[in-house]
Amino acid sequence: MNLASVFAGPFDAYWAQSILRSVGVIAAVLLPAGTFVYLFLFKMVSFMQNRLGPMEAGPYGSVQLLAEVGKSLQKEDIVPDRADRTLFKIAPYLVVGTVLLTYVVVPFGPDMVFIDSNVLGTGIFFVMAVSSISVIGIILAGWASASKFSLLGGLRAAGQLIAYELPLVLSVVGVVIQAGTLDLQKIVTAQATGEIFGWGALGNPYILTQGVALLIFMIAMQAELAQTPFDMPVAESELVTGYMTEYTGLRFLLFFIGEFASAGAFSAIAATLWLGGWYLPGLDLTADYMNVVGPLVLLGKTMIFGGIIFFVRFTYPRFREDQLQRFAWKVLIPLALVNIFATGVLKVVF
Amino acid sequence: MSEFLRNYLTVAIFGGVAVALLAVVLGLGALIRPSRRQPGKHMNYESGVDPVGDGWSQSQVRYYIFALMFVMFDVEAVFIFPWATRLEAYQVFGLVEMIIFIAILALGLVYAWRKGVLRWI
Repeated sequence: MNLASVFAGPFDAYWAQSILRSVGVIAAVLLPAGTFVYLFLFKMVSFMQNRLGPMEAGPYGSVQLLAEVGKSLQKEDIVPDRADRTLFKIAPYLVVGTVLLTYVVVPFGPDMVFIDSNVLGTGIFFVMAVSSISVIGIILAGWASASKFSLLGGLRAAGQLIAYELPLVLSVVGVVIQAGTLDLQKIVTAQATGEIFGWGALGNPYILTQGVALLIFMIAMQAELAQTPFDMPVAESELVTGYMTEYTGLRFLLFFIGEFASAGAFSAIAATLWLGGWYLPGLDLTADYMNVVGPLVLLGKTMIFGGIIFFVRFTYPRFREDQLQRFAWKVLIPLALVNIFATGVLKVVF
Repeated sequence: MSEFLRNYLTVAIFGGVAVALLAVVLGLGALIRPSRRQPGKHMNYESGVDPVGDGWSQSQVRYYIFALMFVMFDVEAVFIFPWATRLEAYQVFGLVEMIIFIAILALGLVYAWRKGVLRWI
């Protein structure tokens, strides 16, 4: 392939369009992530703990997030003298960049897909592959800081993230078997047009038939996001903040953006795989207005999963490190394998 | 350029835009934030006292066996995905094949379990 053929044809239109759409998607992604933080992390937890939470910035503290960003922008940027400077600076890019990349394949409406799914049909497989790259960013952050807390946190994170990567991936297989495709758009269509024993009024949202898989996915997702009860990598009472100990100001904020953007990404993917994505029963699957209604429906469903993630986070105490590893290998992975087996048998029989 | 490659180019552009956006935010911060160097600030944090020894200290990684098992199961997952999409076409033949495949790998997990490496060693 020579360069001329790469840049031939509708060069300008394609590049301008791609860049504009990228900016649009990223802006659209940061919106639910910000809503997550305000709605659940600031307000819901405050009410759970019988306090008001932020009230000063804007009505009911609604622009508190902007204030936080403004604060972080003014903080001094400190790289420890002993740290490996290059790796220390690369790590946040790797964590946040890969999280944002997972949104590329999420469908928001009949035409609201970033990539033509007929060509790049790997959908959910792409998500799983890309989202596991952020582990490398976290290990890098822990290693490059040259601090004992960071190193321990990074190693804990590595052990935890690879252990829970497997139940996460294997639980998705059940849905893939039922839908017969990896493409998220086609999985949405399959749920919208599916039938449960000949009764198709609700379609067939896979939460009904793949409930076990959803449960495994939710638990593994909680661990992948390092939220309590799986927050040993960032355990603030024993490891300060684990791999983020040496990060200050904006770079510290980037790790948090990555955390909540990936909470949003996993919730959106869970909503797409198990709750029917951007489609609601009763709406027209192919109508133009779904391009406007679809993203809102998906946002609503994403909020359901986000609410569960943060409710669990503020309710349960932390696991011990060995309990965590045991739970993944002795409970979740065998359960996920049994689920694949059962789904396969039922698919062939019916 | 084929449609297929163009899609991957689109993914690459998206990644580039994401990284550029982060760089812009960090650059904006560099314009605003102060930089007053003091030796104490640039020391590693170790509960407020001077750090002892090297930060890259040797420690026993107790779950390196898990990393080996992860490789085994991750490869398995890669093989399961294409099978899962085509199960409807393969029917019983595909199901039996995959049951044998999963059983052999599950045997590996059972072996590790019996050997006691799934404990905290």
